Amino acid sequence: MKNNNIKAWIYLAPAIIFLAVFMIYPLVDVLVYSFEEGYNFASQSYKGVGLYNYSYVLHDPYFAQALKNTFILVIITVPVSTGLALLLSLWLSSIKALRNLYQTIFFLPYVTNTLAVGLVFMILFKKTPYSDGMINMLIKLFGGNSVDFIDGPYWAKMLVMCIYTIWIVMPFKILILTSSLASVNPDYYKAAKVDGTSPVRIFTRITLPLISPMVFYLIITGFIGAFKAYSDEVALFGTNLNAAGMNTIVGYVYDMLYGNSGGYPSYASSAALILFAIVFTITCINLLLSKKLVFNN
Amino acid sequence: MKVVLKELTKVFASRNKNDDDIVAVDNFDFEIPDGKLVGLLGPSGCGKSTTLNLISGLEKPTQGKIIFGEDDVTELPPELRGVGLVFQNYALYPHLTVEKNIMFPLQNLKGEQKLTKEQMKAKVLEAAKLVQIDSLLDRKPGQMSGGQQQRVAIARALVKTPRVLLLDEPLSNLDARLRLQTREEIKRIQQETGVTTVFVTHDQEEAMSISDLIVVMKDGVVQQIDEPQKVYDNPKNLFVAKFLGTPPINIFEGYIENGKLFIGSDTIFDISCAHKGSVIVGIRPEGFIVDPEGCLQCGIKNQETMGRDSSIIATHQFNLADTFRVIIPAEKRPEADAETVNFYLKENKVFIFDKETEERIPFFVKRA
Repeated sequence: MKNNNIKAWIYLAPAIIFLAVFMIYPLVDVLVYSFEEGYNFASQSYKGVGLYNYSYVLHDPYFAQALKNTFILVIITVPVSTGLALLLSLWLSSIKALRNLYQTIFFLPYVTNTLAVGLVFMILFKKTPYSDGMINMLIKLFGGNSVDFIDGPYWAKMLVMCIYTIWIVMPFKILILTSSLASVNPDYYKAAKVDGTSPVRIFTRITLPLISPMVFYLIITGFIGAFKAYSDEVALFGTNLNAAGMNTIVGYVYDMLYGNSGGYPSYASSAALILFAIVFTITCINLLLSKKLVFNN
Repeated sequence: MKVVLKELTKVFASRNKNDDDIVAVDNFDFEIPDGKLVGLLGPSGCGKSTTLNLISGLEKPTQGKIIFGEDDVTELPPELRGVGLVFQNYALYPHLTVEKNIMFPLQNLKGEQKLTKEQMKAKVLEAAKLVQIDSLLDRKPGQMSGGQQQRVAIARALVKTPRVLLLDEPLSNLDARLRLQTREEIKRIQQETGVTTVFVTHDQEEAMSISDLIVVMKDGVVQQIDEPQKVYDNPKNLFVAKFLGTPPINIFEGYIENGKLFIGSDTIFDISCAHKGSVIVGIRPEGFIVDPEGCLQCGIKNQETMGRDSSIIATHQFNLADTFRVIIPAEKRPEADAETVNFYLKENKVFIFDKETEERIPFFVKRA
C-alpha cells in the first residue's frame, strides 16, 4: 500500500512540479504582491503590508475607465454574439445547398490572426489622410456625416470594439452550436411535426432546451473571455489604450507592469485579483442559474 | 376510420446520378378496415417504414392516394390528418415530464379546438390511465424503463384521439419478456379505443400474434395481405413461406414426374398438379410425422427435447441448407442413438413453389 503511494507520487511528480512552478507559485506571488505596500521594483523591497494597493487601484480613474469599458463590452458582446451565432447555426442547419461553403466562411475569423483582423477593421473604419474608411464611404453614400471610428467619439470606438469582438468570437460559437443542433435526434422534430407544432414552439420548447447545456457553456466561456479582453483592443487602438480611453482591466494590469507608466507589480496584482473576483462571482451566478434553466439528462 | 391506400408509390431519387432511383414502395393497393390492427411485416429495407411515413404524412407519395374514411388526405400535412405516431425510439422529449410530454400535442391546438388547462389535464389523465402510467406523471423519460416509455409514447399519440394510430417497430427496443407483455398491451389498448392501427415490424412472431391482418412486403412490393393464420397456412410464394414461422420452413429440392412428387428418390405424395419438372418443396417443421414406414428418410444430427415438444436436427441430401429442424411431440421421438429417421408428411404443411418465379404451385394429393 505504502509502496503504491510512493509510486503514485513519482508518476504525478512531473505534472505537479510544473504546476507548482508555473501555476501555483505565480498565483501565490500575485496574492503576496497585492498586499505589499510601496513595493520598489529596483530594490525589491516594500514599506508595509495592507490594503492600500487595492484602494489605489479602485480610486484610479484609468481603472474606472477600464472597468467601465470591460463591462460594456461584456454586456453587449456576450448576448449579441451568442444570439447571432444561434440564429446563424439554425439557418445553417436548415439549408442544404452551399452549407459547407457558408460554414467555412463563418469559421474563417477563427483561424485568422487577431492583428490581421485588426488590419481589416482599420481598412473598414480608420480615417487616414487618403481615405475615410469603407464604412464612412457607405455612410456618406446614404447622406450621413463621416465619423472617426478609431480616434473619434467614445461611442464610435466602443461600437467598433463591440463589432470586432463579436466577429472574432462568433465562429467558435457557431461551430459548437451547429454540432449540438445536429446532435438533436430528428425524431423529436418528426414527432413535433405530426403533432402540428409551430416552428417557433419547436424552437422554444424542443430545440432550445435540448441544446441549452451548450448554450450555457458558451455564455459562461463568453463572459470569461470578454472579461479578459485585451489583444483585440490593441489590434484596433494600439498599445496606448489609456490615451484612447479604450483600456480594459487586463490592459490596465499590463500597463501597470510594463507600460510607459509601469513598474508597479503591486497595483497590477491588485487589479488582477479584482478582475478574478469579478469573473469568479459572475461565473458562480451563471452556474447557479444554469442549474435552474439548463436541461440535464 | 378505414384507411385506403390507392396505388401508392414512393420513389426516392438516388444521390448519385448514375444510380437508379430507389422505389421504396411500389404500387401499394390496400384498404384497412375500420378499427383493425394491421401489421406491416418485412425484412429491413422492404418499404414498410416508408409506407408508415406516407400514411402519417411525413413523406409525400410520388404517386397514388391516401384516403381516411371519405377524406382524401394525400396532400395534407401530418398535423391535419389526425394521426398519432409512435416512434421506434419513442422520441419522448427528455426535458419534459411525462405529463408535459403527453400534453404537448394538446398545447398545439389552436382556434376552436383550444382547450383549457383543466380540460388538457383531464385528457392527459385519461390517456395515462388507458396505458396505465397515471402514477408516473411527474417522472421524466430518463427515469423510466423502456416499457414505461413506450406506454407514454402511446399515450402521447392517443391523447388527441387520432383517426389512425401508427406504430413504428413498437417492440424492437424492449427486452424479450417486456415484448410479450407490451404486445398484449398494444392489442388491449387498440381494442379499448377501437382506433384503426397500423404497425411496422420485422418480427413475424410479433406481427402474427397481435394483428388482425398482416401485410407482407419485400422490396417495396406487397407479397400477401391476409389474416395471420391464413398467410401462414397459405403462403403465396416462397418468400412469404420463408419469412413466416419459427423455426423457419424447411426447403428441399424436388421434382414432379408421372403425377408423383419426389424429393431425391423418395416419393412424397401422389399428386395431381399442372406443373412438371423441378420444383422447390417447402415443409413446415411441424409437418413431419415419425413413422418407420415413412416416405422421407433423413439423417439425424442431433435431438433437442423441450418438454412438450422435441426437435430433431436432421439432414437430407436434397435439403437446401446443411441441416433442418423438425418439431415432433416428445413421446414420438426416435431413440437417442438412432442415426436415421423416416417421416410421413402432413399434406397441408407441404408447399410446392416454382423454381423460377418462386410462386406457389397448387396441388392436390391423390388418395389411394
